[in-house]
Amino acid sequence: MAFLDKHAILEKNASLLMVGSLLVVSIGGIVEIAPLFYLENTIEKVEGVRPYTPLELTGRDIYIREGCYVCHSQMIRPMRDEVERYGHYSLAAESMYDHPFQWGSKRTGPDLARVGGRYSDEWHVDHLTDPQSVVPESVMPKYGFLSNRLIEPTYIEDLLSTHRMVGVPYSSEMIEAAKADFVAQADPNSDYDGLQERYPGAKVSNYDGAPGVTEMDALIAYLQVLGTMVDFSTFTPDASR
Amino acid sequence: MTKRPVKAKEEVGTTGHSWDGIEELNNPLPRWWLWTFYACIVWALLYTIAYPAWPGLTKATPGLLGHSTRADVAAEIGRFEAANAPIEAKLVAADLTAISADPELANYTQNAGGAVFRTWCAQCHGSGAAGAVGYPNLLDNDWLWGGGIEDIHLTVTHGIRNNEDGDARYSQMPAFGTDELLEPAQIDAVVQHVMAISGQEHDAALATEGATVFAENCAACHLEDGTGDRAQGAPNLTDAIWLYGGDVASLTQTVNNARFGVMPNWSTRLSEAEIRAVASYVHGLGGGE
Repeated sequence: MAFLDKHAILEKNASLLMVGSLLVVSIGGIVEIAPLFYLENTIEKVEGVRPYTPLELTGRDIYIREGCYVCHSQMIRPMRDEVERYGHYSLAAESMYDHPFQWGSKRTGPDLARVGGRYSDEWHVDHLTDPQSVVPESVMPKYGFLSNRLIEPTYIEDLLSTHRMVGVPYSSEMIEAAKADFVAQADPNSDYDGLQERYPGAKVSNYDGAPGVTEMDALIAYLQVLGTMVDFSTFTPDASR
Repeated sequence: MTKRPVKAKEEVGTTGHSWDGIEELNNPLPRWWLWTFYACIVWALLYTIAYPAWPGLTKATPGLLGHSTRADVAAEIGRFEAANAPIEAKLVAADLTAISADPELANYTQNAGGAVFRTWCAQCHGSGAAGAVGYPNLLDNDWLWGGGIEDIHLTVTHGIRNNEDGDARYSQMPAFGTDELLEPAQIDAVVQHVMAISGQEHDAALATEGATVFAENCAACHLEDGTGDRAQGAPNLTDAIWLYGGDVASLTQTVNNARFGVMPNWSTRLSEAEIRAVASYVHGLGGGE
């Protein structure tokens, strides 16, 4: 076939071959990836999902720093046994403000997508300090040092701004109030009305039971919000997704 | 298999590629390979028709088979719920105290309740229900809020000292040291008194002094003899079973800062049948009254 013989032109011209390859790969990418951004049945708006508070976001960074995602997933798959054990299967919208998402791929420990509110703050302190004290069969390492590390919200505005840059809708008001919100969330005696107005449903607690904001406070604040933003008593899943 | 004879270059021709005098023969692709290749293309096409695939302007094609992961899991859960519905209805309708006497219900609660316990309760109370420091042992007959099936059912339903449920069991011990309700010397004395009534080695003189402190500050909840009051969740201090430790250091810490053990209200996460199943399971572990 004469048309196929034209292939020799591409094969003999490296630059042309590169342009041709790029064209072919782009078509594949556009067909497979682009529709995910606009199809109604791949994007789903879910009520209740909000950006993380400054303290939760800091806790999330500690979660990533300590490599929690290596042993814990945050993705409840739509299967009966997982739903029975962990709760409602995860929705894409629930990690829409996660940059990067923490879905993970390996479960040495249990899935954490809905760990929020499942245990008390005290349990989390006991468990992070010495996991075997509450779950003797656990192989999790001890993270007691988090209690000794006091943290300051020095770069919190930058952290929020960076997340805003990649699409998280932090308002200028949120960024301005970030330092105050950071401290308020770990102190039940503070004036936290503004915090809860900016971040509806944010839980305020002295997470580690000790004065000052520690990494323990931040990490537990993050864990306690996981999977709690969507109210599943009012959410009806659309079967077409 | 007989080996096909190698055809001569003249017979099949070359592709025209020639490198350093080595030429590439233009043999046709093996028939079996070519047909497998075509079959894969046809299969892929049929697959995209049967399953959701082709993107449109607002939606992707749903596929002729109507596949939906969400519908699948809902159906799967529905199947099990339907299968369990009769026994769960019977369990919910049954009198709590009659569950253990009914062999069918007892068998069901033992298994279903065990599964609920291992999923939701084991992280604090231990997979064998023996508890840990700060988390009560459910195997013994030392109950903080009562060990009857109805008491356990109420505790599981509403939880303990949580703000989510207005009916949660609630009591709060004062932080005698931190809030400066007692002098450090009085705390030392009352700790020795508790050591005495729990039958441990103690300083007799201090303990006598502590008895007065105890009567004035602690007896309202723990009763005069220290045997506790289940209506207030005040532990029995005389039975040598300790939730936070019974040595001088632990007792001093308890009196100084008080303790505030909490439990979630499981009614928001578990169905009534599941709560009844786990209450019955815990009741049957050995300590049930």
